[in-house]
Amino acid sequence: MTRPALFEIRDLKARVPEAEILHGLSLTIGPGEVHAIMGPNGSGKSTLAHVLTGREDYEIVGGSVRFAGADLLAMNVEERARAGVFLSFQYPIEIPGVATAYFLRAALNAVRKSKGLPEIDAMDFLTLAKEKAKLVQMDQRFLSRALNEGFSGGEKKRNEIFQMAVLEPRFAILDETDSGLDVDALRAVSNGVNALRSPERSFLVITHYHRLLEHIRPDFVHVLMKGRIVKSGGPELALELDRRGYQWVEEELAGTAGASR
Amino acid sequence: MSNPTPSPETSSAEALVAEHAEYKYGFVTEIEQETLPPGLDEGTIRHISAMKREPSWLTEWRLAAYRRWLEMETPVWPKVSYPPIDYQASSYYSAPKKKGEGPKSLDEVDPELLKTFEKLGIPLHERAALAGIAVDAVFDSVSVATTFKEKLASMGVLFCSFSEAVQNHPELVRRYLGSVVPVSDNYYAALNSAVFTDGSFVYVPKGVRCPMELSTYFRINAQNTGQFERTLIIADEGAYVSYLEGCTAPKRDENQLHAAVVELIALDRAQIKYSTVQNWYPGDKDGKGGIYNFVTKRGKCAGVDSRISWTQVETGSSITWKYPSCILLGDGSVGEFYSVALTNHRQQADTGTKMIHLGRNTRSTIISKGISAGHGQNTYRGLVQIQPGAKGARNYSQCDSLLIGDLCGAHTFPYLEVKTDDAQVEHEASTSKIGEDQIHYCRQRGLSEEDAVNLIVNGFCKQVFKELPMEFAVEAQKLLAVSLEGSVG
Repeated sequence: MTRPALFEIRDLKARVPEAEILHGLSLTIGPGEVHAIMGPNGSGKSTLAHVLTGREDYEIVGGSVRFAGADLLAMNVEERARAGVFLSFQYPIEIPGVATAYFLRAALNAVRKSKGLPEIDAMDFLTLAKEKAKLVQMDQRFLSRALNEGFSGGEKKRNEIFQMAVLEPRFAILDETDSGLDVDALRAVSNGVNALRSPERSFLVITHYHRLLEHIRPDFVHVLMKGRIVKSGGPELALELDRRGYQWVEEELAGTAGASR
Repeated sequence: MSNPTPSPETSSAEALVAEHAEYKYGFVTEIEQETLPPGLDEGTIRHISAMKREPSWLTEWRLAAYRRWLEMETPVWPKVSYPPIDYQASSYYSAPKKKGEGPKSLDEVDPELLKTFEKLGIPLHERAALAGIAVDAVFDSVSVATTFKEKLASMGVLFCSFSEAVQNHPELVRRYLGSVVPVSDNYYAALNSAVFTDGSFVYVPKGVRCPMELSTYFRINAQNTGQFERTLIIADEGAYVSYLEGCTAPKRDENQLHAAVVELIALDRAQIKYSTVQNWYPGDKDGKGGIYNFVTKRGKCAGVDSRISWTQVETGSSITWKYPSCILLGDGSVGEFYSVALTNHRQQADTGTKMIHLGRNTRSTIISKGISAGHGQNTYRGLVQIQPGAKGARNYSQCDSLLIGDLCGAHTFPYLEVKTDDAQVEHEASTSKIGEDQIHYCRQRGLSEEDAVNLIVNGFCKQVFKELPMEFAVEAQKLLAVSLEGSVG
């Protein structure tokens, strides 16, 4: 029995004023699946993350994205977030003077409110937050510190996964979450992600390195090049890319193109 | 470029504040008022003084101030612009008509007035009143009620309207009135000294820690009048008092002048904490109407180890011109200034402080947060002066500006005058634009754009808000939200 796709990207084209970056990207993600996207610098990986979460610097020039049956591209940034799309940012933002716990409770309540659920009060939230902090081995003291202010790179990434744990999205994009992490932080972050894997929740893991995928084992691996997915496979593809780089994929592509002529 | 309508091209934060926020205190109370005809001359002043049955020394004091004022000129150095004010066009006294002798107790206060203050969130009946806060309610030119007066009196704390203090405690008024802000101090202080009508008076005796927050709520209601109130707070040796003021006015197309003078005196080891949430009508989004808030506030740390803290949240008024200052005369005295000033639409603010160090080992702290949105212009102007006798003086100043959109302005004019060789003076300043990245990050977590801006602005102001009494801090946060309110894109 095939279950309906949670996420369906069809022929997506997006551009910034200077140039088109995504040239017709298609990808289907089922519930509970973990997909990894790998690709050389400038292939459009982060653009994909931004476009899917509704960043306004990009113009969609073609294609469609359906999320749980709804037209994702018709929703604004916060509507997508409330519907359950979460982005673990490559460069998490600092907000001075706003405690992490305060920020996250406001976010959680905005999500809950959109679903007609009652707001969670400060005490209940704290209990929940402490429990989730353990998941990523994050020190509880971070809850009362200003959001990401003065956090190290690793602490910021842990904080992203911590937020994901609290918000419990249906679809999470991890944009180079492994960049700048030492081995311990990488393990903590990966453990957090793995703990959140479930038959309902899907992940799109964007990364340069196979290293992360040793911890977070994907169901599918895709190669993004020049704004298109050019190759897909299982976890073994990541290993091959790690070993051989991207050159061979390019050559293979050129070969296929020649053969089809 | 000057088109204020949000278009898809304008940045999101800009669009957010482009729409005019609803000023919820803009209503008018229909009540019979006794109002002097417009115009200002010595006759007007004698009339005001006579109505208030003032002693002749005070009448003369007013007249001297008036004569001084006539020789003075409007200050032109502030970075604000407005057409010349016609001082003859406005009335200098307006008060709700008294029935008989005037209210003796709250039960006799005109129900319309009680309703008005109720609507403003300031219930005057003590059983309904905010716990722990005594209120003096000033309506146009007069104080209409003061709560918890008796309870405070039992501890020796005098809290009443200025007019009552003139009648009942003339020796204190005479001794301290004008002792911190002399009549000739500046143009608006001189005008206030001539025509002030009411305000609040506080005296906390030796060694008494005032058990509740004292507060004055200023309401302008009448049209074409100015409000000129005078506040005098004296904390005797070892005394402590925390005082709050709030203010609102109806929405009108004409500008109205509010020129107040506040004087604080702290004797040996006394401490005065003075907090303001200023929410005068700011005018509409095109800059029509609004209050001209030209205020002189100054405290004198007269005694050793005394302390005066000013905390202000300025969100209202079309023009704000005020510099709550401290004269640090007593050795070891401390002056503090914590300020949030927000200007949106066409609002202009030129605000800051003066810390005058005279005594030895005096210390001062200045934390100023300016937020400019729309076409708002926000200026921090401050003076830190270390006089030759002020050995061991220290100052720390931090001035941060936050810009929302491309059409607003932030300006900083810090003046430092150091005349000793061992002073420690630090100044930090920053100007930043509210980050599209920050807003986007918040939205990606599910917050609306409006909530995101509020959150970021509140975080920016946190250092100041934490100085406010709890209830006021909550109020201040809400007020910032309302002042920034607008529709998204």
